[in-house]
Amino acid sequence: MRVRFKLNGTLVEVEVEPHETLLNVLRDGLKIKSVKYGCGVGECGACTVILDGRPVTSCLVMAAKVDGSEVLTPDYIARTELGKRVVDAMLDEGAIQCGYCSPGFLTTIYAAILKGIRDPEAMKRALLGNLCRCTGYVNIMKAVKRLLESL
Amino acid sequence: MLSINLINTYRIPQTFEYYRPRSLREALELLNAIENAKVIAGGTDLVVDLKYRRVTPRALVDVSGLSELKFVKAGDSYVEIGSATTIQELAENGAVRRYLPLLAEAAELFGSWQIRNLATIGGNLCNASPAADTAPPLLAHDAELELASLSGSRVVPLAKFFAGPKKTVLERGEILRSVRVPVHRRRAGWSFIKVARTSFDLAKVSVAVLLSLDGNTVADVRIALGSVAPTPVRARTAEKHITGASFEEAVALAPELVAREIAPIDDVRSTARYRLEVAKTVVRDAMRRAYERFFRVGVEV
Repeated sequence: MRVRFKLNGTLVEVEVEPHETLLNVLRDGLKIKSVKYGCGVGECGACTVILDGRPVTSCLVMAAKVDGSEVLTPDYIARTELGKRVVDAMLDEGAIQCGYCSPGFLTTIYAAILKGIRDPEAMKRALLGNLCRCTGYVNIMKAVKRLLESL
Repeated sequence: MLSINLINTYRIPQTFEYYRPRSLREALELLNAIENAKVIAGGTDLVVDLKYRRVTPRALVDVSGLSELKFVKAGDSYVEIGSATTIQELAENGAVRRYLPLLAEAAELFGSWQIRNLATIGGNLCNASPAADTAPPLLAHDAELELASLSGSRVVPLAKFFAGPKKTVLERGEILRSVRVPVHRRRAGWSFIKVARTSFDLAKVSVAVLLSLDGNTVADVRIALGSVAPTPVRARTAEKHITGASFEEAVALAPELVAREIAPIDDVRSTARYRLEVAKTVVRDAMRRAYERFFRVGVEV
């Protein structure tokens, strides 16, 4: 099936299998390796991307569904003005251990800030769907607080 | 039993046809024409089932993009919600927050933000999990479902929709079009409380309460529970028993009465014994919270 969608601001057209997920197409077809495969069942948030302005777990999104949509991935987000500030805050506070969950955290934090979330407790709720198996949550929340204070 | 870690969940290990119809009519025609076609909306349950091969459909009919199924309409006597409305849209919708705060409260506690952005109210109901978070509030509200088919549509009370765990009365060729929630213009307090490992996990026990008082007398009460029976349930005998009682009396009686109307089981998330005890406590807590809200911020439902 042919699927056309806007990926990080650029229109792309890809051939997908009907049983492929957005995660499969981003990583294998389009070689966007910033999107991580974690649990594959929507529990961990490592594969989070922004679909039409909202964060979603790309492991649960059928590729054929994104025809006509807009997708933003962590590598692109990290290059935006706001994304850079999120990354800097995470680096400054040591909010990255093994790093596998970091792109997902970056994406959800970025989306939450764009949505207007400024309160650390509200941010914590927004981040419930992002798991860090190194359990580095204390430093992640430190980074979040530093970032929110700087906005 | 296979451990979750032994299964590769990166790819869906089967294939099928995939359709994105442009109208409800086209979706119904596809369902009618293809044997063993499944409707997909948010996919948060179905894609997992596909990965584990719990379902092996010949085709998927994707209704998530149908604007006909994405709406919230507030009428004089009911609020109508299109089945493809996402849980996050419900949680943020002005009419839902104003007229159905019990449903809004459940929507906010539903899964993670990423999941709420995909999952739909229709999918949550049609998947028919005993733990479905939107079910207890909608049961408490006496919601009705409009099921569309090529030969017309029928209306089924939600209380008659669930036929067992993962089973509904939906027939082949039918699609849930909308959820209609009656609004009676009666002042009520509300509370949805969910007990789960983490707030976004599936419920071990959930309780929804709608409460109207006349002075300190219970004028109308609805108690609905999730994860404590083969389907989400209303505790109607308990409701009848405590209507007309003083609130203090009602709170004292309700837990034991409700316990007689539920049949919890042991499973991966909890045990029957724990669920029974916790359900009693949560019924009490939910009634108290609904009571406080009745006087503080009661809404017309």
